[in-house]
Amino acid sequence: MSITIAGMTKRFDRTEVLRGIDLSVEAGELLALLGPSGSGKTTLLKIIAGLEWPDAGQLRVEGQDWLQLAARDRRIGFVFQNYALFPHMRVRDNIAFGLSVRPRADRPAKAQIAATVDELMAFLQIDHLADRYPAQLSGGQRQRVALGRALAIQPRVLLLDEPFGALDAAIRRDLRRWLRSVHEATGSTTIFVTHDQEEAFELADRVVVMGDGRIAQIGDADQIHDHPATPFVARFMGATVELPVTLAAGRAQGSGLDLTALPRRALPDGPAQVFVRPADLRAVPDAGGPWHITSRVSTGADLRLTARHDSGTEAEIQMPRRDAPALAQGAPVTLRVEAGAIFPSPRIDTTAPSILPRHKEIAR
Amino acid sequence: MRPPARSGRLLVALAVVLTLLIVVAPLVYIFARAFSAGWQVYAANIMDPAMLHAIWLTCIVAVIVVPLNIAFGIAAAWAVAKHRFPGRGLLVTMIEIPFSISPIIAGICYLLLYGRQGLLGPWLREVDLQVMFALPGIVLVTMFVTAPFVAREVLPLMQAQGTEQEEAAVTLGASGWQVFRRVTLPNIRFALLYGAVLCTARAVGEFGGVSVVSGNIRGQTNTLPLHVELLFNDLNAVGAFAAASTLTLIAVVALVIKAALETRHG
Repeated sequence: MSITIAGMTKRFDRTEVLRGIDLSVEAGELLALLGPSGSGKTTLLKIIAGLEWPDAGQLRVEGQDWLQLAARDRRIGFVFQNYALFPHMRVRDNIAFGLSVRPRADRPAKAQIAATVDELMAFLQIDHLADRYPAQLSGGQRQRVALGRALAIQPRVLLLDEPFGALDAAIRRDLRRWLRSVHEATGSTTIFVTHDQEEAFELADRVVVMGDGRIAQIGDADQIHDHPATPFVARFMGATVELPVTLAAGRAQGSGLDLTALPRRALPDGPAQVFVRPADLRAVPDAGGPWHITSRVSTGADLRLTARHDSGTEAEIQMPRRDAPALAQGAPVTLRVEAGAIFPSPRIDTTAPSILPRHKEIAR
Repeated sequence: MRPPARSGRLLVALAVVLTLLIVVAPLVYIFARAFSAGWQVYAANIMDPAMLHAIWLTCIVAVIVVPLNIAFGIAAAWAVAKHRFPGRGLLVTMIEIPFSISPIIAGICYLLLYGRQGLLGPWLREVDLQVMFALPGIVLVTMFVTAPFVAREVLPLMQAQGTEQEEAAVTLGASGWQVFRRVTLPNIRFALLYGAVLCTARAVGEFGGVSVVSGNIRGQTNTLPLHVELLFNDLNAVGAFAAASTLTLIAVVALVIKAALETRHG
């Protein structure tokens, strides 16, 4: 089922949670909504589910206006972050719930429901848990049951809120692969919410980065990693070092910075900012350099350095220890930028994704 | 820190002695006195028409009050736990008022409102409805006194559970009634039963409020607790203790049900 969202806004009391969302999801797509907490991603998911209602905007699924449909008539599968399993029902009754509450006319016969549930449990590899209660299951098992309960109604759209949020790292990786294979087998349009980049990029066909109630960027892992659309996305993707530079004839220049690795680009002359990941910075010993090392921590494989410019700007550097020159505290250096995203300094505000420069340019 | 063994034993002994003196001895004494003149006298007292009527009336009151209270308690707890609306805090406070007000004051309030000389007296006479010194008055006062019991048991549980299970049920296609019947109600069933048991015990034993509005008409508006006092004042000790033993029996049964529920639930 294809989903089209247009001009969607939502506020809770005085807080604007969604500030105009436009998004199309193709049938059969696996889409991730990625963003920090408070970015509005869960609210958007709940609006698609019919558990929240927008103040303005459209929600169409296969052309049908879903804002005219109650949640129970949308036939979506929703998997809650904490699973929300029914504690007083066995696993098989949890999974059968959606079928057993159908109006008498379209409710399958008891034997039919039992057969469907058995088939689904075998498919999800939880058939051995059929007679347990949710309290007797581990987190990963609960997750599978929650998904089974959602899939039992053959949902037109599958929605998952932080599906792996409550699990530990090893189980997360397992379940991620497993969820991908479930998606491929069922072919249903699937949207999931996460704040974990790795999860979003590994699992999804496309990732929607959200910040502050807006969509900041849509793309795959490489696009978003290499070409962040806004300073917000750059920061969220780990480019936490912000260095002031000046653009002249498409080249960036900065005090004590070696920016020759960044290609020229068509940006207007004037002040700008380059966003760099600590791992894309190198400290080069330079007797006359305006940067000085202020702290040096080794993690064994890596060296974490902090450098301070005479003007007060600070930069974090992460480099492999075996490549690192002998740098003592206070040593003067220049910084070499291997890769980074350049944004002209805004006249107003850098953080709001709305006023992002349309003519963004990035280099590697 | 673990207290020294001797003072520990001393405290346990103190608790046992106090429980014996304050709770067990009077209870045992009630039954001892009730049967002091033998089975026949006890049976004759129980079979006395006024006594039978008192038991009957008490049961009627409980049968009316407890279901109404369960419905009210669930509705109030549901409204407060699952919805946000102005005056929510006020509603919680209002539900708890009967806990802090002496039942006799409730009785007097109802008398001033629904009595012959009361605010609604003339109107009630016009429509020929007797509230005071009749069953409706007794039911109303008992309702007031027991109002918080079910709501207070169910509310914390509903609040702790939040609304996600209900939301999950809705997305799976359940109607409002199905959500309540198959998700909300099973989740609160033990708290609900527990509240109902406490409510029954209180409804059966209520004395102060009822004594104001019932008028103590033997064989008509005399509930079991009132009948105990009446017999006692009549110097019919065996009768009074027989009535009291019946009341106590109801309370003990309620207590056993409650304990059984707690073991199963906890």
